[in-house]
Amino acid sequence: MDHLDQLEAQSIYIFREAFARLKKIALLWSLGKDSNVMIWLARKAFFGRVPFPALHVDTGKKFPEMYRFRDHYGKEWDLDLRVEPCPPIDAVDPTLPPAARSAARKTEGLKMALGKFGFDGLIAGIRRDEEATRAKERVFSPRGLEGNWDVRDQPPEFWDHFNASPPQGAHLRIHPILHWTEADIWAYTKRENIPIIPLYLARDGKRYRSLGDQDITNPVASTASNIDEILIELEQTKVPERAGRALDHETEDAFERLRVAGYL
Amino acid sequence: MNMIVTPASPATPNGTTRPQVRIVIVGHVDHGKSTLVGRLLHETGSLPDGKLEMLKAVSARRGMPFEWSFLLDALQTERDQGITIDTTQIRFRTNSRDIVLIDAPGHAEFLRNMITGASQADGAVLIIDALEGVRDQTRRHGYLLHLLGVKQVAIVVNKMDRVDFSAERFKEISDEISAHLNGLGVKPTAVIPISARDGDGVAMRTDRISWYKGPTVVEALDALEPARPLEALALRLPVQAIYKFDDRRIVAGRIESGSLIAGDEIVIMPAGKIAKIKTVESWPVTPVAGRQGAGRSVGITLDRELFVERGDIIAHASAAPRETRRLRARIFWLHDKPLAKGDQLLVRCGPKESRATVVAIEKAVDPGELSSSENKAIGRNHVGEIDISLSNPIATDPYTENPRTGRLVIEVSGRIAGGGLVLSVDAGQRALPVDIVPVESALRPDERSARYQHNGAVVWLTGLPASGKSTLAKALERRLFTNGGSPILLDGDTLRAGLNSDLGFSTADRSENIRRLAEVATHLARNGHIAIVAAVSPAREHRATARRIADTAFREIHVATPAEVCEDRDPKGHYKKARAGALASFTGIGNDYEAPQAAELVIDTSTRTVAEAADEIEQMLKTTGVLFDETVDLAANI
Repeated sequence: MDHLDQLEAQSIYIFREAFARLKKIALLWSLGKDSNVMIWLARKAFFGRVPFPALHVDTGKKFPEMYRFRDHYGKEWDLDLRVEPCPPIDAVDPTLPPAARSAARKTEGLKMALGKFGFDGLIAGIRRDEEATRAKERVFSPRGLEGNWDVRDQPPEFWDHFNASPPQGAHLRIHPILHWTEADIWAYTKRENIPIIPLYLARDGKRYRSLGDQDITNPVASTASNIDEILIELEQTKVPERAGRALDHETEDAFERLRVAGYL
Repeated sequence: MNMIVTPASPATPNGTTRPQVRIVIVGHVDHGKSTLVGRLLHETGSLPDGKLEMLKAVSARRGMPFEWSFLLDALQTERDQGITIDTTQIRFRTNSRDIVLIDAPGHAEFLRNMITGASQADGAVLIIDALEGVRDQTRRHGYLLHLLGVKQVAIVVNKMDRVDFSAERFKEISDEISAHLNGLGVKPTAVIPISARDGDGVAMRTDRISWYKGPTVVEALDALEPARPLEALALRLPVQAIYKFDDRRIVAGRIESGSLIAGDEIVIMPAGKIAKIKTVESWPVTPVAGRQGAGRSVGITLDRELFVERGDIIAHASAAPRETRRLRARIFWLHDKPLAKGDQLLVRCGPKESRATVVAIEKAVDPGELSSSENKAIGRNHVGEIDISLSNPIATDPYTENPRTGRLVIEVSGRIAGGGLVLSVDAGQRALPVDIVPVESALRPDERSARYQHNGAVVWLTGLPASGKSTLAKALERRLFTNGGSPILLDGDTLRAGLNSDLGFSTADRSENIRRLAEVATHLARNGHIAIVAAVSPAREHRATARRIADTAFREIHVATPAEVCEDRDPKGHYKKARAGALASFTGIGNDYEAPQAAELVIDTSTRTVAEAADEIEQMLKTTGVLFDETVDLAANI
């Protein structure tokens, strides 16, 4: 087994544990490279089908390419796609900096969707290497009744044994690709020939490394116009993956505050 | 994510072309662990280009003499600042193998790391300061290695430069530590004099230790036995789920050890059902050809419809895991509330979970103090050895035989509260020597079923003396035999004449009497026979034990003939004697018979003929899957 085989086998194991141990789960599909890999892995785990809904919490501010991608592959992959809206901006914490406030809409939208469907597990495509607070995550990460994350009181998790009993009304976040890196995602996308949104490839000296809402996501300087070139770029770059995400950089703790409150 | 110093080999033992050895370095603070590790990384050419030069330049600029331990510190800092979290391992390479060094800082943390890694730690390096000699801490670490079952230990006597490379001093320490470890049953693989700072004895034997003829540290590491790769172990495929999204019925799980391929004959444990692997399913391409090895998440289909459930373990029939309701484990405890005898837990062994009770705490140790207190509770962050009794049978292996299936976690109130290694299965009750290996029958259950037209079973007749148990048992025996079956009568009184002649009628002896009856009957049932037990067995608790032992094979029949009818019959004259006060501990006259509450069948022999009663029993055995109707597909019943 090579490196990618090992990552894949581990993710499939996590998917199957989540499906076996929780009653009502959904997969969060943000249409980005990570969640596309995640859907691919789910199809591997369940022999071609995704036996639970794919939830897109929609801010309404994604790039047109992303909506086109969603509508096309939602059908082609035969997903039970649920598109759920987010509340308006004035409904969220006004003390947050602007971009974080914008992102917090998504947290609220997520909570509304949780309440509507009664999911006890949400599968999310976050990775440890993305960001320091995500590095501290568990694979099965319990959330409080308010969707909040208590980083100081996380249950022990070892030997692929996961805590899967959320308290009544609370839910778990399940992270099947927590152990992957950005480079792993691209290498696997190439190997498996997983479709991607073209915004990730360089045009006019710029490309998106991470896709969020239009108003708070910026492209980075790059000449990588295919996946091989992206992989070479990743080996050399010192620019962090989320450099183009405005909300990470407004204040030092903005992202942690968001995550504690329930953001991905 | 692990810190990888050299561009790397895969993270798990399988798939590597070079053998991988996992070692832990232990020793007293300041005896030179970091210096030795820094040296080892350098001497084995495992450092990134320019790393050493950079550190030397930094030291010079600050006016400090260069120390080898800086290397480790630098790596440590890089790791701390990095984004990976599980950074307890450093990798480097010797000529012949990849070494994974389990980095173990701090005490409590250290112990958890060590236990966590113990099922894969193949060896240890114990470091001792030549000047200070063997200290308490050294002894504690020696004890820990023993506790964790690490058998290969290389001793390194460091800082030989401080004692002028004295062969006498070296011998003194060598003798002392060897005696200590031998006393614990740990045999040092080498005792090596070194100066980690100057490099003597690390990769080279220098002139200053010319009197020493043994291996260098690198040679000693090269000589450690690597663990067998997971793929070389017996097949273990714990079942995560069964999927039926289309017309395929796919058994899904991750191969923890060994390998499989379509066509393999497998056994599903703990039930012991046999089948063949029809296909290995996958996506987007299916079925997949070729052998699938340890680490793969797979899906298989079987050649027959069998009841398989999450938690079952699929193995090759020739090397199945052991099925048990009782095991001994070495555990570390993370929960606030100490673990005590009698505690109810949930034990997880892979996807299998079972309610469990702590039967005994054999050892409880504070890793900081290493004071062993027998039979006490195990506190938070402490370790211990416990006997657990399980309410469902599980299939497992001792961790020495299979590190993947030989480990478990303990859950309290839905949260993981501890974990540990399976030391032995079927612990307790009897003081079993650990080297007893049960020999499996040459025949499979289905072969016997095909001949006898029935499955093995324990038919347990309970009731007052003279209720008609033996008469019924004999009628049933005759009938089953006439139909080509293999019934065997186990009469309580008959067995008391031989096997149980050492037992009296105290509660403890009665309990043991029933346990032996149940064990013998279960053994027969496992080998395809129908064991017909006729025994008063008055205590509900003892019969519950029998049911637990025989498990799904158990069928209880309450011969519920009214007490006055029984006393009236009195074929052995027992009631008469008891009434006369000549028979102590006789069941029947007092109120000490506890009738079953949920027997599979209740028969009153005062209102039935023997033939009618035998009919009823036969019918019950048919409806509960022991006897086959002729129309029944044999394959569906095995």
